[in-house]
Amino acid sequence: MQSSMSLSLSLSSPLPTKANSSTPRSIRFCGLRREALVSNLTHRHRPVPPQRIQRSRVQVSCASTSSSNGSSASVKGGFDYDLIIIGAGVGGHGAALHAVEKGLKTAIIEGDVVGGTCVNRGCVPSKALLAVSGRMRELHDEHHMKSLGLQVSSAGYDRQAVADHANNLASKIRSNLTNSMKALGVDILTGVGTIVGPQKVRYGKAGFPEKEVTARDIIIATGSTPFVPNGIEIDGKTVFTSDHALKMEWVPDWLAIVGSGYIGLEFSDVYTALGSEVTFIEALDQLMPGFDPEIGKLAQRILINPRKIDYHTGVFAKKITPAKDGKPVQIELIDAKSKEPTETIEVDAALIATGRAPFTKGLGLENINVATQRGFVPVDERMRVLDANGELVPHVYCIGDANGKLMLAHAASAQGISVVEQLTGRDHVLNHLSIPAACFTHPEISMVGLTEPQAREKGEKEGFEISVVKTSFKANTKALAENEGDGLAKMIYRPDTGEILGVHILGLHAADLIHEASNAIALGTKVQDIKFAVHAHPTLSEVLDELFKAAKVNTGVSVNEPVAV
Amino acid sequence: MANLLHLNLRSVFIPSLSTRRHSSAAPRRHQFRVEAKVREIFMPALSSTMTEGKVVSWLKSEGDQVAKGESVVVVESDKADMEVESFHAGIMATIMVLEGESASVGSPIALLAETESDIALAKAQASGSGSSGSDQKTEAVAAPVAEPEPVSAPLVVAAVSASVSSPVVKVASTHPASEGGKRVVASPYAKKLAKEFNVDLGTVVGSGPMGRIVAKDVELAASSAAVSEKPKVAAVAAASAVQLGSVVPFTTMQGAVSKNMLESLSVPTFRVGYTMTTDALDALYKKIKSKGVTMTALLAKATAMALTQHPVVNSSCRDGKSFTYNSSINIAVAVAMDGGLITPVLQDADKLDIYTLSRKWKELVDKARAKQLQPQEYTTGTFTLSNLGMFGVDRFDAILPPGTGAIMAVGASRPTVVGTKDGRIGMKNQMQVNVTADHRVIYGADLAAFLQTFAQIIEDPKDLTF
Repeated sequence: MQSSMSLSLSLSSPLPTKANSSTPRSIRFCGLRREALVSNLTHRHRPVPPQRIQRSRVQVSCASTSSSNGSSASVKGGFDYDLIIIGAGVGGHGAALHAVEKGLKTAIIEGDVVGGTCVNRGCVPSKALLAVSGRMRELHDEHHMKSLGLQVSSAGYDRQAVADHANNLASKIRSNLTNSMKALGVDILTGVGTIVGPQKVRYGKAGFPEKEVTARDIIIATGSTPFVPNGIEIDGKTVFTSDHALKMEWVPDWLAIVGSGYIGLEFSDVYTALGSEVTFIEALDQLMPGFDPEIGKLAQRILINPRKIDYHTGVFAKKITPAKDGKPVQIELIDAKSKEPTETIEVDAALIATGRAPFTKGLGLENINVATQRGFVPVDERMRVLDANGELVPHVYCIGDANGKLMLAHAASAQGISVVEQLTGRDHVLNHLSIPAACFTHPEISMVGLTEPQAREKGEKEGFEISVVKTSFKANTKALAENEGDGLAKMIYRPDTGEILGVHILGLHAADLIHEASNAIALGTKVQDIKFAVHAHPTLSEVLDELFKAAKVNTGVSVNEPVAV
Repeated sequence: MANLLHLNLRSVFIPSLSTRRHSSAAPRRHQFRVEAKVREIFMPALSSTMTEGKVVSWLKSEGDQVAKGESVVVVESDKADMEVESFHAGIMATIMVLEGESASVGSPIALLAETESDIALAKAQASGSGSSGSDQKTEAVAAPVAEPEPVSAPLVVAAVSASVSSPVVKVASTHPASEGGKRVVASPYAKKLAKEFNVDLGTVVGSGPMGRIVAKDVELAASSAAVSEKPKVAAVAAASAVQLGSVVPFTTMQGAVSKNMLESLSVPTFRVGYTMTTDALDALYKKIKSKGVTMTALLAKATAMALTQHPVVNSSCRDGKSFTYNSSINIAVAVAMDGGLITPVLQDADKLDIYTLSRKWKELVDKARAKQLQPQEYTTGTFTLSNLGMFGVDRFDAILPPGTGAIMAVGASRPTVVGTKDGRIGMKNQMQVNVTADHRVIYGADLAAFLQTFAQIIEDPKDLTF
């Protein structure tokens, strides 16, 4: 209710007049401001007095003024920069762009290549491989082709060309990122950055003289590296991590994937499409432990059972030895609970997808009295770094995988923007429950907010009821036209208020569909309001439309009832 | 008999593992207790408009423990796939509606036994509710045709591994991790296939790296097992796997074969053979092979064309008193499938061109592999073809499937030294065919005339492609 009020208010007098006189950039900026305000509200679950809305609008106008002078900013207080970001991954990049927009003189330090894990060794090249695997699947699914009336002769692939596609995509995105920062005037400093004291960073490449720069504020955005459990020997050829797998140097006949989270799942999609057989090794009792159980079950039925995949659950890979001297890769399994050895399996290759570990070594955290926790930099809800005593360290922030709050590229970027908002005089707390996540299998899986068990637990604790609605892709015209009726969307919401708690989708283009739900959560839009929004027919987006319309909310008439004009 | 009757419940007649599995429990049937409890699992109504549902997949197989509230089956309605939970705990005794089949809302799709001792009762109940008397003519064909891929000499034969009482010779895998045969090293897909084909991996020799069992090993084992199901072909192959000196009861399928074989004895059959030159046919095949034409389609087409001129060979005797002249020419072709034999039918083979016929044949084979053949696609044959040429067999004779008038056994075409009409000696590819017919309706002269026409078409095959 509160959110919808603020929405309608902000559309009235003050904003449009201002928009007329300012640059497009500040309009976008206002939009962002509003989103941020609402997410603040939903996060705290308490009504906001009208004065507060008033005040924040004043801040908007201040901020947009400063942004128009931004390019000629001179740094106050004798610092080299307003902001130094250590790490030029997606998080650092997002923060840098927003900082420039807000008029901060910004530098970014990169010790490796611009783009970080996402662009060079993660999301981006893997999407290139998944694009290949998706098409291979389609071309090989004779039954599917035939039902569409198509005749295709057998499809094959050229491994090197597939690998090149992934590599070319990464370079292209990398140069896009670099150029966008250069164009905006972000200084890109090359070398490994180390914090040497409050507001002071040293950087330099090995063999070159090191330099020191000062900044009013520092953002740590050093990201993560693949986590390799003890006992597993990586040779990069037969036992490897996602870093190597993305180079696609060979396609083994039999690949064991240790870990069945979204990284493992995506790689299983790629490799089985290219002809490998896959064995999952999962420490928990169930595959895909991070997903909503119902989605996980269906995913197993669609993505695992019909494919050339088998699995061992409830076991750890205690020791993995790479192939050598004509012997295959050996994986010693032990029971996850009793730690008793269960069996040894031998495969052609093993991919370690057991998660990611923060990359925070050499950052000089000890110089500002910060102790990492399992490698992660401790932060508060505003990404402010906490020292060993739990006290705030002034002027130091940490975003992205290095703080471990939510290890997703776009989460890092959102955290960076949130920090910059705070640096430029506006309090901001990111609502992590509004951050969507996606797994790009065929079909895709996406989610935002709470899973059903999480929502039930929360409801029990806080004393509210939850309801669940579901719809199938089989009931969607567009999905049926594509002959892709496999899939399910479910929404978990509060029947008393209409608040959306979580949405989970498994089906064609699920990753693109989730944003309607994540935006609704971010903006605090209630089910009873969004159900009146119109969706083009026939589109996949009607899957969500069905969900919204199926939800039963017991609240009175919504304030934001649409009016015919 | 319960087993056999149960078989009839399927709309698709392809013997598979589950049916064979029943036979193991059958002898215990007499022990069931009066107080035993068997519950039916019904096809649920998943939506208000749903009248029938299709079983997408069984999440539990026969013999599995089922807890109350546990999902047992995935049902597809007009709108969605839904998992259906069991209201009771028990043991899955009998699955009555197989995956891919449909049942109307409210009809039983499986039986749940309360205890292990109730399973037999459940099975009896299941077979009692099935209709009886469906004609399993496909069983009666004497020899299988391994059309899709020629079966090479079987390495290992799983023979009758489905039957509990049949001992299985363990073949130690040479894989280093197999711990001297204690453990089976098989790739994920190989394991899946083994489950599907009911092949005991312990009996399969792996051909993959370090002796790993890979998919093609299982396929090979499954197809050789299928061949061994046929008494005639199996004899040699099976010998290596069965334990000598033991008595092994028939599986359900073997029982059905046996019954049909006996039935065929009541039909007075006779055989006529013919040798023909296939050089022209081979040349034609070579020319149009790239367009997807198969030898099976060519033979079926030639047979159908010959039959148009000899309708009596396409007739049958149903009651012992009259000719039944069939209105269409439907060529059934015997195909050996995993664990069985089926005769997909090329309907109106005389009216379709060779390319359509070839496409049709491929569709039928795919469907048969996917176990999706509809009854009219394998029971409506009016004339049957059986080809063992790919094994190098040069001649054989076939047993007439009950309900039809004739079956043609086709041997391999092989280079032969022949004397030609102009007094010379030459090398020609020659093939022998042998037709078995019901003498009540088809007489020797009829068959001879038919074979002459057939040979003319084969030796001058230009009309096949019209």
